[in-house]
Amino acid sequence: MSPVDETPGSTGAVPADKPRHRPTKGPRVPMREQDAAERAVNFDEVAIGYSADEAHAEAMRCIQCKNPTCIEGCPVNIDIKSFIAAIIDDDLSEGVRVLKERNALPAVCGRVCPQEEQCEAACVLARKGEPVAIGRLERFLGDHDLACEIDHRCAPEVGEPSGKRCAVVGSGPAGLACAGELRRFGHEVTIFESLHAPGGVLTYGIPEFRLPKEIVGAEIEMLVQMGVTIETDMVIGAILTIDELMTDEGFDAVFIGNGAGLPVFMGIPGENLNGVYSANEFLTRVNLMKAYEFPASDTPVWRGRKVAVVGGGNVAMDSARTALRLGADEVFLAYRRTQDEMPARSEEVHHAREEGVEFKMLCSPVEILGHDGFVTGLVASRMELGEPDASGRRAPVCVIDADFTIDCDTVIMAVGTRANPLLSKAAPDIDLTSRGYIVTDDNGATTKPGVFAGGDIVTGAATVILAMGAGKRAAQAMDAYLG
Amino acid sequence: MFRIVHKRQLSDAVFEMGVEAPRIARKVQAGQFLMLRVNETGERIPLTFSDWSADEGWVRFIFMRVGKTTHMLSHLEVGDEIADIAGPMGVPTHVEDLGRSVVVGGGVGAAVAYPVARAMAQAGNAVTVILGARNASLLILQDEFEALPGVEVVVCTDDGSAGRKALVTAPLKEMCEAGTVDHAMAIGPAIMMKFCAATTKDFAVPTIVSLNPIMVDGTGMCGACRVTVNGETKFGCVDGPDFDGHAVDFEELMSRQRIYADDERLADADYSQGCACHQ
Repeated sequence: MSPVDETPGSTGAVPADKPRHRPTKGPRVPMREQDAAERAVNFDEVAIGYSADEAHAEAMRCIQCKNPTCIEGCPVNIDIKSFIAAIIDDDLSEGVRVLKERNALPAVCGRVCPQEEQCEAACVLARKGEPVAIGRLERFLGDHDLACEIDHRCAPEVGEPSGKRCAVVGSGPAGLACAGELRRFGHEVTIFESLHAPGGVLTYGIPEFRLPKEIVGAEIEMLVQMGVTIETDMVIGAILTIDELMTDEGFDAVFIGNGAGLPVFMGIPGENLNGVYSANEFLTRVNLMKAYEFPASDTPVWRGRKVAVVGGGNVAMDSARTALRLGADEVFLAYRRTQDEMPARSEEVHHAREEGVEFKMLCSPVEILGHDGFVTGLVASRMELGEPDASGRRAPVCVIDADFTIDCDTVIMAVGTRANPLLSKAAPDIDLTSRGYIVTDDNGATTKPGVFAGGDIVTGAATVILAMGAGKRAAQAMDAYLG
Repeated sequence: MFRIVHKRQLSDAVFEMGVEAPRIARKVQAGQFLMLRVNETGERIPLTFSDWSADEGWVRFIFMRVGKTTHMLSHLEVGDEIADIAGPMGVPTHVEDLGRSVVVGGGVGAAVAYPVARAMAQAGNAVTVILGARNASLLILQDEFEALPGVEVVVCTDDGSAGRKALVTAPLKEMCEAGTVDHAMAIGPAIMMKFCAATTKDFAVPTIVSLNPIMVDGTGMCGACRVTVNGETKFGCVDGPDFDGHAVDFEELMSRQRIYADDERLADADYSQGCACHQ
């Protein structure tokens, strides 16, 4: 066996009838974006995406390693090397086919996956320069597929009917990935969604300007095309228990992917004043209920002039950027550590800064001030970084007597979520952790036979792709369980 | 889509509506609510179940025409469809034989009080219903309450146009003073529930209130419905809607109910321009 040659220019063995791939050197092809000032006042997508020429040029940077490390960096092990090769060969339908082998929602993942920590971090080119823009290429292929009429789109092959019926609770990333995979095994699938529209966090949480709802809808349409049934307005736990799904409704196996659930508040004075939102409520009003179109859409949202967003994750960035688009004069983000410790993707932080979100670091709210029931300001403590805590990040420590007040009329709490108690009603005999999350084995099996779970309800709040990976793994375990 | 199978106008602005919803009808219990979205651009609003039949597969709710959604609802007829109805949401009212129970139903709150009084009577309580409204034309369900076995009904109106000229707190206080109340439940506008709870507190009569905060999803996901009970933040949708009336911060509840008042007026005015019932 010859040693792996990973130097640029080497492609390893290629079929004799194919021209040798000669990678191009240089920086990655930039993705066009709406101008920051322009986009900060509209809800259109920020990143415009690659043209076919741009995608080809970027794909040409890939050295097509013999042992591609990028694939290991992907939580669902997409054959990245092959789909990039297909772009190089201008065989886009083959590229889409390869993607869909592993990922039912490429146009979604190409937009919201943290590729810089996953496949792109593992790219050989990242050692000396910029990695191949794998996420952008994935999005390009996903969008190429979505641009086709539904009948001409690449549909993953549906398995021979197995005669088994599966229920999927929740239509977020975990549920959708699980449902798609179950269809490939030939099982009948019904998804039960509690809201009036499917998609979970893709629909109510991630804003239009980062993930257009048209894209989410089109990906879901493909699952329906594959034979997945989606029933909305079905709050499992309230209308049916898990046992009833398996007895009265006749399902042979159940997957629970109902998401993280309840928003966390800080427990500080003034938190129930008008103008204080959980990020979940704020984003749900705007994304799911289309409050930005009020009064054409009936749901209102409090449109603050000076908005404080508390938190440092992607949800905080989404909230801050949404507040700007609703017409706020000033939006600032209060985070108790520094940018180095922020959990948000650097791309989101960069976009937020570009659009004018002000970052107040080492700032931890201790009280919300109000007048006549409405928010008028925020009192915060000045923090400094101390010793590393359990997460390995330096813990923020309060500086004594350094509290300060900031004027604002809206406060959005983006400090996390906890498990929804509706779940224990759905199946009192499933073991939960002390924090209310579902206990599963590595394949997603819960302590109740035939019931599987995955996504945020198992791990606590995480990413879209991790939830999708969990949904897929559980589908494989369900298939094995169903025999 | 949910087909409307029943509609009855109870007063100028109050309507009773029934929809086909067999799965919900099998599960619903007194005190629970549904989330309704009238059409594709509609707002999600919580409405409490007023009646249901598991056998016939329908559920009913009662609403007052106050804003755009209820305005649109009032224009729908039997045979029309409502885009979305989800439920049953919330923790059911705790029903057991607590002895002599008073159920206060104020205004549209009578709709919620009806199944609660029925369930309490069935559980063996001696139930007195105090039914209140601003005037006789706003009084609803009086006949239905009077038809319930084991239930005594006291009617009061602010202007004396029906029953006693009194606020609901007057008979409630008299009963507390007479020592004939073991347990009270108050359902109606926040201000009424506040004063009912204040009345019973002096006599240490346990009092449950059914709160009606603003909600978006109704499943615990957004926290719009947070209320302070005993100094702690609770979610109306999953922890309630029933809470200990002596521990609820009613001022905060009333303040939070007002947040979108301007928007609500705007939306309804916008809709009413082309509306037959305003011409």
